[in-house]
Amino acid sequence: MKRRITRSVLHLLLAGAAVFYLMPIYVLLTTSFKSFQEVNLATMWALPSGIHLDNFVVAFEKLSPNLSNSLSLTVAATVLSAILGSLNGYVLSKWKFRGADLLFTALLFGMFIPYQSILIPLVRFMQTIGLYGKLWGLVLTHVIYGIPMTTLIFRNYYATIPNEMVEAAHIDGADLLGIYRYVMLPLAIPSFVVVMIWQFTSIWNEFLFAVTLTSPRYWPVTVALQNLAGSQIVEWNVQMAGAFLAALPTLLVYIFLGRFFLRGLMAGALKG
Amino acid sequence: MSRKVFSFVTLVLVAALLVVSCGGPAPTEAPTEEPEEAPPEAPAAPGGELEIFSWWTAGGEAEGLEAMLEIFQGQYPDVEIINATVAGGAGVDARAVLATRMQGGDPPGSFQVHAGHELIDTYVVADQMEPVTFLYEEEGWLDVYPPDLIDILSYEGDVWSVPVNIHRANVLWYNTAVFEENGLEPPGTMEEFFEVAEALEAVGVIPLSLGESWTEVHLFETVLLGTLGPDAYAGLWTGATDWGSAEVKEALDNFDRTLDYVNEDYAALSWDQATQLVIDGTAAMNIMGDWAEGYFKAQGWTPGVEFGWAPSPGSGGSFDALSDSFGLPKGAPNRDAVVAWLKVCGSKEGQDAFNPIKGSIPAHTGADRSLYDEYLQSALDDFAQDAIVPSLMHGAAASPSWQQDVIDAVGLFVGSRDVDAFQDALSAAAGM
Amino acid sequence: MHITRDRLLAMLLISPSVLAIGIFVYGFIGWTARASVSAWQGLLPDYTFVGLDNFVNLFRNPRFQIDMRNTGIFTALFLVACLVIGLLLAVLLDRRPRGEGLFRNIYLFPMAISFIVTGVVWRWLLNPATSVERLSGFNLLFHQAGLDFLISKWYTHPRLGIAAIVIPATWQMSGFTMALYLAGLRSIPEPLREAARVDGAGEWLTYRYIVMPLLKPVTLSAVIILGHTSLKIFDLVMAITQEGGQGFSADVPAMNMWYTTFRALRFGQGAAIAIIILVTVAILIVPYLIHTFRTEVEQ
Repeated sequence: MKRRITRSVLHLLLAGAAVFYLMPIYVLLTTSFKSFQEVNLATMWALPSGIHLDNFVVAFEKLSPNLSNSLSLTVAATVLSAILGSLNGYVLSKWKFRGADLLFTALLFGMFIPYQSILIPLVRFMQTIGLYGKLWGLVLTHVIYGIPMTTLIFRNYYATIPNEMVEAAHIDGADLLGIYRYVMLPLAIPSFVVVMIWQFTSIWNEFLFAVTLTSPRYWPVTVALQNLAGSQIVEWNVQMAGAFLAALPTLLVYIFLGRFFLRGLMAGALKG
Repeated sequence: MSRKVFSFVTLVLVAALLVVSCGGPAPTEAPTEEPEEAPPEAPAAPGGELEIFSWWTAGGEAEGLEAMLEIFQGQYPDVEIINATVAGGAGVDARAVLATRMQGGDPPGSFQVHAGHELIDTYVVADQMEPVTFLYEEEGWLDVYPPDLIDILSYEGDVWSVPVNIHRANVLWYNTAVFEENGLEPPGTMEEFFEVAEALEAVGVIPLSLGESWTEVHLFETVLLGTLGPDAYAGLWTGATDWGSAEVKEALDNFDRTLDYVNEDYAALSWDQATQLVIDGTAAMNIMGDWAEGYFKAQGWTPGVEFGWAPSPGSGGSFDALSDSFGLPKGAPNRDAVVAWLKVCGSKEGQDAFNPIKGSIPAHTGADRSLYDEYLQSALDDFAQDAIVPSLMHGAAASPSWQQDVIDAVGLFVGSRDVDAFQDALSAAAGM
Repeated sequence: MHITRDRLLAMLLISPSVLAIGIFVYGFIGWTARASVSAWQGLLPDYTFVGLDNFVNLFRNPRFQIDMRNTGIFTALFLVACLVIGLLLAVLLDRRPRGEGLFRNIYLFPMAISFIVTGVVWRWLLNPATSVERLSGFNLLFHQAGLDFLISKWYTHPRLGIAAIVIPATWQMSGFTMALYLAGLRSIPEPLREAARVDGAGEWLTYRYIVMPLLKPVTLSAVIILGHTSLKIFDLVMAITQEGGQGFSADVPAMNMWYTTFRALRFGQGAAIAIIILVTVAILIVPYLIHTFRTEVEQ
């Protein structure tokens, strides 16, 4: 009996917390289904009178070029930074040369810097090499600033792979790249998943670099969305519908791949 | 085996680097006007692309711009117009993007910029603009634009941009029904304003609606103008008026008192949400530039019927002006097209196409009055006879740096309500 | 021979990243540092050396003083909230309730969403109107539930405005903290907990003396990641307040830097703010990095 009560209390607490976490999405979704006249601060909690799907259609029309920009940007940058991270992590965990640890620490620092502290020189650099305003400038930026995090995740993961395996492969005649291909890569799938989810989410949602480095035709969806909200007179129902569309890809990634993220965490990907 | 893998990996890395540094995915469709058509004649007409950079993203502004672009396209069908806009209240984000591009030597064809110090203290001083005095001379604009306005646009003997419109900042909008119900008249002086405010408070109506940050500075400058009068106000920005003086203190006290009569949640409202309070009847008055008229009309109200206007308290006879204008950057791509565009901007036709839709008045004094509604006609009259002073919040009166200091000072003041500290901060900002 | 070649290859493989970070992190920081001691104002670069003037002016500037205070309050509250809520949720989920997977996803998904998406919603939820006719957001809910004493001015509150921003920030990051703790809890070998139970220790004691100490490394990771995120917070505050709330009640250094650099065009001062943010972050991170480095070397 006591156990039943405790279990009920447990579920109650969890459900209560869930309500809090879902509240903003409730507001987002209900507003996105409302007509323009219905949108009012005083009635924000009210359910919409009907389902106005045309909000989504209008939002999609306005945002589709940007959604496609975001997709190109995120996929390219995620794949490239995952490849780089996996190679770096491998080298730094299994092939320690002199100063490798110092190098790794120096690399890691890059993960923590506030991006404001490099924003201006970054812009001037991009202008100098002719990538300012273009999507590939943003891709390059994300790949480079993603290096510390992806390297960290892979390195920590590879550290859990016993050195004996590496040595065994070595004795069998494999060299650095062979070991990578035949030993590390197959085992590294979980950390690839973690890295790619992490990078996909970070890059898709990123705003500061996006708004500073791209010109309007290459805007990712975060900038376009902020643009919608910043106009003189905002159609909030369309804006919310657009916000939902912008959030959809990362949401789907989390819904379908969230368990792998957690498994990756448990496999020591983000240890220490 | 490993050699193959090695080459593969190297190839991938090299390819990635190459791809990253060269081209990119096909650019997404930029919003453009009608596609170019091959002209049967006129080999001298400019062709190519013309990038117009602005923050006119919605409502009457965007439509007004389109109207002007149509006129331009009609005259120069060969030019492909790229309508590049960046939203964000009063253009802050747009200016950030623009500043970055200009710094990097990648100017657009032409860009929207507030006439006055916002342009002069940034790009003119940095030697990144070409003077357009020659255009004024060619087109005869020196005769048809008011001299006060040309002063605002000038620096060191040259004119630097072409004004498309004039907006008035010192307008008091009010809900006629609320005023009638309470037997009130729109206030003329600051004292009358406080009396009216008291009466409104007594019946539970918010006297004055206010919005966030920049709208606060907007209100502040109208109080400055209303208390000091046009000459002393203009002198604030030229060094002729002492920020530490007793008159300024009186203005600051007035501002302090005004803040007692506004809605308490102003920090969360955008300017149009504040204006909406007047439409809802929750508030009676709103001091805002005349773009608010566009908002009233968009909600279905008619000037003079549901809403009325008056100069902001104390500022009758003064016209607190701001102007959106276009300039000629040095090294602008396709200079001929830009010059052609500027001609359209400054012309009577262009301005008469743009302004009625946008809700502003043209700088060109030869405007066709019949195109403008009741409010705008009264604004045209005022513009012709009032003393014209530059707006601070909208880029005419002071450099962005000075403007930011005032914004910060106002921001701190609305939190602390310490008038003396406020006056000190303002004096320091003016370098006094 | 083989070994040396592999070592060389290793260094070669890692060199593009090293070069990139060298330029894009250290090089750029150096550039910003140089700008921060210059008199640069306006569009034309001006590298006239002015020593620490920009920094001194900042520390004297009332707005910046408020910013620093806000950062302190925000970081403290944010860390505590995330750690406590994260741990609590992890402990609850560790009991394997029904629908564990669903609950876990619900708590975790805010991390997947940008504040540009939810910023407007949070601005509505945290609407500061307190008079009955104008209530909205949480205030409206409180009023309808009869909990009027909870109605507040949220982010426009003169001294505690920044605390309101902790709510959406915690909403986003507590799920992540929970995931970290959950991973930590799951990695505690069951035999260990069994042994404690066999010895007669109740749940509470087991948690207090066995589980919590073992979770210290997780807490450390969480503090590092949450801490540095909160010190440079920008997107969230920008989306909700746009200019820092009332009297800069919710202004933060990162936002100040944005306006100083891009509106006032004061590049020197903006760079100084950026350096200050960097130093604050470094104070948190560098000891951690040194600690990690030393433990690595020991291994």
